[in-house]
Amino acid sequence: MAALTADAGGRRFVDMVLRARELSILAALIVLVAVTTAVNSSFLSTQGVKDIFLNASILALLAVGQTMVVVTRNIDLSVGSVVGLVAFASGKFVAGHDRNILLVLVVGMLIGAACGVVNGVLVSFFKVPALVVTLGTLYVIQGLDYYWAHGQQINAADVPASLLDLGNGSVLGIPYLPLITVVVMVAVGYYLRAYPSGREFYAIGSNPDAARLAGIAIRKRILTAYVVSGVLAGLAGVLWLARFGTVVADAAHGWELKVVSAVVVGGVAIVGGLGSVYGAALGALLLTTIGSVLVVLKVNSFWQDAIAGALLLLAISVDRLLALRVNRALRKRNARHGA
Amino acid sequence: MSESPPILALKDVRKAFGAVRALQDVSLELWGGEIHALAGENGAGKSTLVKTLAGVHRPDEGQVLLDGRPVEFHGPGDAQHAGVAVIYQEPTLFPDLSVAENIFMGRQPRSRFGRIDRRVLRAETAKLFVRLGVALDPDRPARGLSIADQQIVEIAKAISRDARVLIMDEPTAALSGNEVARLFTVARTLRDQGCALLFISHRLEEIFDLCRRVTTLRDGRYISTELLDGLTADDLVQRMVGRELDTLYPKQETTIGETVLKVSRLTREGVFTDVSFEVRSGEIVALAGLVGAGRSEVARAIFGIDRYDAGTVEVGTVRLAGGSPTTAMSAGLALVPEDRRQQGLVMEGSIERNIGLTQLRSLRRGPVISRKIERDRAADWAIRLQLKYARLSDAVGVLSGGNQQKVVLAKWLSTEPSVLIIDEPTRGIDVGTKSEVHRLLSELAGQGLAVLMISSDLPEVLGMADRVLVMHEGRLTAEIPRDQATEETVMAAATGQTRQEAA
Repeated sequence: MAALTADAGGRRFVDMVLRARELSILAALIVLVAVTTAVNSSFLSTQGVKDIFLNASILALLAVGQTMVVVTRNIDLSVGSVVGLVAFASGKFVAGHDRNILLVLVVGMLIGAACGVVNGVLVSFFKVPALVVTLGTLYVIQGLDYYWAHGQQINAADVPASLLDLGNGSVLGIPYLPLITVVVMVAVGYYLRAYPSGREFYAIGSNPDAARLAGIAIRKRILTAYVVSGVLAGLAGVLWLARFGTVVADAAHGWELKVVSAVVVGGVAIVGGLGSVYGAALGALLLTTIGSVLVVLKVNSFWQDAIAGALLLLAISVDRLLALRVNRALRKRNARHGA
Repeated sequence: MSESPPILALKDVRKAFGAVRALQDVSLELWGGEIHALAGENGAGKSTLVKTLAGVHRPDEGQVLLDGRPVEFHGPGDAQHAGVAVIYQEPTLFPDLSVAENIFMGRQPRSRFGRIDRRVLRAETAKLFVRLGVALDPDRPARGLSIADQQIVEIAKAISRDARVLIMDEPTAALSGNEVARLFTVARTLRDQGCALLFISHRLEEIFDLCRRVTTLRDGRYISTELLDGLTADDLVQRMVGRELDTLYPKQETTIGETVLKVSRLTREGVFTDVSFEVRSGEIVALAGLVGAGRSEVARAIFGIDRYDAGTVEVGTVRLAGGSPTTAMSAGLALVPEDRRQQGLVMEGSIERNIGLTQLRSLRRGPVISRKIERDRAADWAIRLQLKYARLSDAVGVLSGGNQQKVVLAKWLSTEPSVLIIDEPTRGIDVGTKSEVHRLLSELAGQGLAVLMISSDLPEVLGMADRVLVMHEGRLTAEIPRDQATEETVMAAATGQTRQEAA
């Protein structure tokens, strides 16, 4: 930015306020890591850091897709089931064959896209509440997956080495998984910020009535959001197979709530209109780090969910409190102007 | 008339919502270089007409003509594309997006690869604000803007579209004198540039000040289109109302008794300030004012829905603790809210269920609610209020607006209140039922009920009230006895032109 005018200063202030959420999560992460490292110095080893990023990648990928949906004032609860289905399906697809990795990825994402289309059409064209639709598809997809799997599982021995390498290998010391996630995150984040159609997702969530009056193609955008969420869940499914090799039917069972937590903790307003994919990804990283920290500190892993839940409540309470304060301040300021 | 066809016109348009005929055979012609006024009472169909022009509604019959050729707007986008811009009563902004983004949503300036060019976006917005003579930061979020500033953003939006037709649906309702003047300057500039403007306002002097021609609607019907030159305010009111007030407002003589509701120095910061008044038994007190003056908010605070920061509310001799509708109800208050469908009724519920809702405990036989008591009670009220219905088990949603209002009234009258607060008693109710509601209110006051009536319908205020309280920007600005209340005195106080001390 070369132009440093007075209003650029104002802009930077607004940007800073909007970024405050991302910054505070980052701060929380740093404090968490610092304290843990002080207690156990091996926490920050190369392997330890690598593990955290590997573990956070899939969650962050899902959080990016979920952000697109949540920003339009909707929700996608079916992502956990889609990951499970795609992980198993692509396992079946590759078992015993030497498939091209790209083909596997495309097939996985197509399955995800199909699930996204079903969600999106029901929500946008038939105007069924998103919570109900995606809760329904959560169970339907899970049921299909269980029926198909019938107690079988995919074993790492059946998965081609090239695919397993995608899940565990690295380039220049950076594992593929976080690399893929970062590329996707930056692409989606840039699209949402820089493109007119990207801004429309925020407009829809911010004020649906005004969006309609502004002539925004609401149904198309909501459908797009669900398809993107589905495609990314499909991608996450293939990566799940690549990372773990062994896949049972209920892979990623219950992950939908983890994803929603990550998104909300990351500052995406659950009522839409506000938040970024970067925040959501940071939220995913924070939740994953907490998981690792608990292991290092030898806290019973049962606590992990409780802590994630507490963090979610904290995030929502802070948001609400801030909103009330801002409203109150504005109300009083307007009153003084009026008087 | 000029030779070229009007830019935008409606021809014999009809539009119905269920059983309600919102528009019947309405025609309207908007010519370039002219500001056209649309006059009519609340519920006359003005908003429906605006939404038809804006492509939100499609006419059931009749045509929309653009440059003399029939067009069909399939949505607001089509109308915008055709150069029709609308400034709605309630600004429609995106609170989370920046002011600049709000203005250019859907038409953002692009740079390479179709990205938004934020520098141009900001510069264009700043240019618009300079042209409008306002100091707003293009980058600030729309959340928290005052109504006047939101309005400015809407106007900037319309100007930036190079709109050929600008429709303003009561844009001045919440503006101060300076802001109105600023708006009018902009409107005249646009007119001189060849735009066609449609202007809607309840303030008649604004219509006479700004417009050249006026079309009047009454109860969804087209009444007349004429030049304002040579027309008087009385003529216009006559066309809007179209009937003698006395027959419409059957006011009974009542004996006015003791004070039953006493409100002292009630304040909710930023909403209303230092509001004091009394309502006596047998009296109908109207609370008049412009939309957004804080009238409904005062009612909500009295009834305990919203908290207040200072002041007291007394019913009889009891001082109410704020913030509790339950205590307000047991003290003898009843509140018939503004929005029947959202706040007054359970639309899917039956008539009898809705009437019984306020008195569930008294409907019990033993621990459970008796359907028989509920039904008998409802039947009793239906007769007393002359409710028109097929079966008491019908959903209230199928009733007409007037009959729905009677159900809300029955629901609250069954609590045997001493004070009835009624917010916009006849909004969206057809004329016939309107006078029935009025007669009912008069009778209730005759029986000793204290009535506080909030109304934006000026003839209703003048016809019904024993006393008129007027609010302007959160303060009581006048208290006018019945014999001195005229359209002029009430409107003057409502627009803040006079500041009498409220007694």
